[in-house]
Amino acid sequence: MYYGFGAYAVAMCQKYFGMTDIFLRFFIAVAAAGLLGFALGFILRRYREIFFAMLSLAFSMVLYGLLAKAEFLGSTDGMSISPSTILGYELGRFGLLYFICFFVICAIVFAQAYLRSSLGHLTTAISDNEIRVEYLGYSVEKAIHIKYVISACLAGGAGGLMAASLGQVDPDSMVLWSVSGELVFVTIMSGLGNILAPFMGAVLFEFIRTYAFELAPQAWQMIIGGTLLAIIFFSPGGLWSFFQKLNFLRKKNND
Amino acid sequence: MTEKFILKTTELQKSFSGIIAAEDINISVKEGEIIGIIGANGAGKTVFVNMITGYLKPSSGKIEFMGRDITGIKPREATHIGVCRSFQVSQVFMTMTVKENLMIAMSLAKKSGLELLLPLDDEKLSKECDKILDLYKIKNQSNLIVSTLSQGMRKLLDISMAVVGNPNVLLLDEPTSGVSVEEKFGIMDIVISALKKSGTTVLFVEHDMEIVERYVDRVIAFYQGQVICDAPPSKALKDKKVIKYVLGS
Repeated sequence: MYYGFGAYAVAMCQKYFGMTDIFLRFFIAVAAAGLLGFALGFILRRYREIFFAMLSLAFSMVLYGLLAKAEFLGSTDGMSISPSTILGYELGRFGLLYFICFFVICAIVFAQAYLRSSLGHLTTAISDNEIRVEYLGYSVEKAIHIKYVISACLAGGAGGLMAASLGQVDPDSMVLWSVSGELVFVTIMSGLGNILAPFMGAVLFEFIRTYAFELAPQAWQMIIGGTLLAIIFFSPGGLWSFFQKLNFLRKKNND
Repeated sequence: MTEKFILKTTELQKSFSGIIAAEDINISVKEGEIIGIIGANGAGKTVFVNMITGYLKPSSGKIEFMGRDITGIKPREATHIGVCRSFQVSQVFMTMTVKENLMIAMSLAKKSGLELLLPLDDEKLSKECDKILDLYKIKNQSNLIVSTLSQGMRKLLDISMAVVGNPNVLLLDEPTSGVSVEEKFGIMDIVISALKKSGTTVLFVEHDMEIVERYVDRVIAFYQGQVICDAPPSKALKDKKVIKYVLGS
């Protein structure tokens, strides 16, 4: 949902304000998604697990419905986005790639710093024991809300960059539940062991999808589904857990 | 002259769907006292602790802390004003190391606002953390994942996490439950000596009368949600009602 919201924020700013600057696009996408996350966070922070997931999905489908019906936002056809610029100069294909890499590195550094912070460590603490966090004097709901807004900002930024890269936004490719499903797929496949894991997972996912589509155009979803099942069965901690196991064995052998 | 109490409850009552779990509890606690709360299972001891620390909202009555009405306070607000607790089943972060557990507790006790965005592992906090680990004799286990620790070690960690904010009142819910016979006196020696040093007022729920006799200044006995005795241990443990309803012999 925030991915799509960030993308549409970029498209709207171009349509109504003629904004094409890559920095402005990125920050508008981040801010818009962050604001939406902040508002919805007041409701979502009270729910956990499947209820949290289903409620998020419900909000996402509401947004999809609105975007698909709103003619001023291009309805189901979506909106086209002109090439990004920097200081008035048009960025070429590689120029945009460099900027996207720059924003990705910034996001990695920020996320890493957050996870190392006291607040970042509360992520694991809350998943381990909410009662203890409350009795340590911190509001669990507040911590979840902050995390939710940060996640929304990162997803929104990604959506904004994707919109700038594709040159097109539409509800099906940006907001539909299957887009959220792809991100969940990447997370399950890569695991949560390291900040770099999802990047590795995203590259691998695109690789599998591209080749699955080429090999079996009528049944590529089956290949993706089969891959997901294999990962869940054989490596529930995601692919990153392989590296962790290898590291553990290496240390054990050294000892 | 009226005596000043750090904690006072007046006609405290809690009922669940008409079933009374605690009734007319009038207790006054002086600063620095170490109080043992005893009673059979279901007597209302944990309900009392839960009401004081905000886990349960009393159905009626009043709780005062340093003269301030704290009835129905939220758990984190209780922690902020200096009323902390440990649990019957250790409430710790099982997938983290002992030191990470304590570092998080210290960080939340000492930092606020944007300070919480600073790295958890700062040198000053780490040194303070080592001191507490040393005080509670769990420094050798500091890099172990909590799920691999014995119940006794987890209890010590649970209690040390509760005291990092220097509470005025600490409520310990069965600090020796699930702990081996060999460990229990060692644990209580460590805990009580650390808490006496800091002058913390302690109320602890306990089933083990040896522990009660050895460490407390005063005993409060519960039976069917009511206080049946409130006296020094030498007197309380010989009280007829306590013998009949709590000790069972």
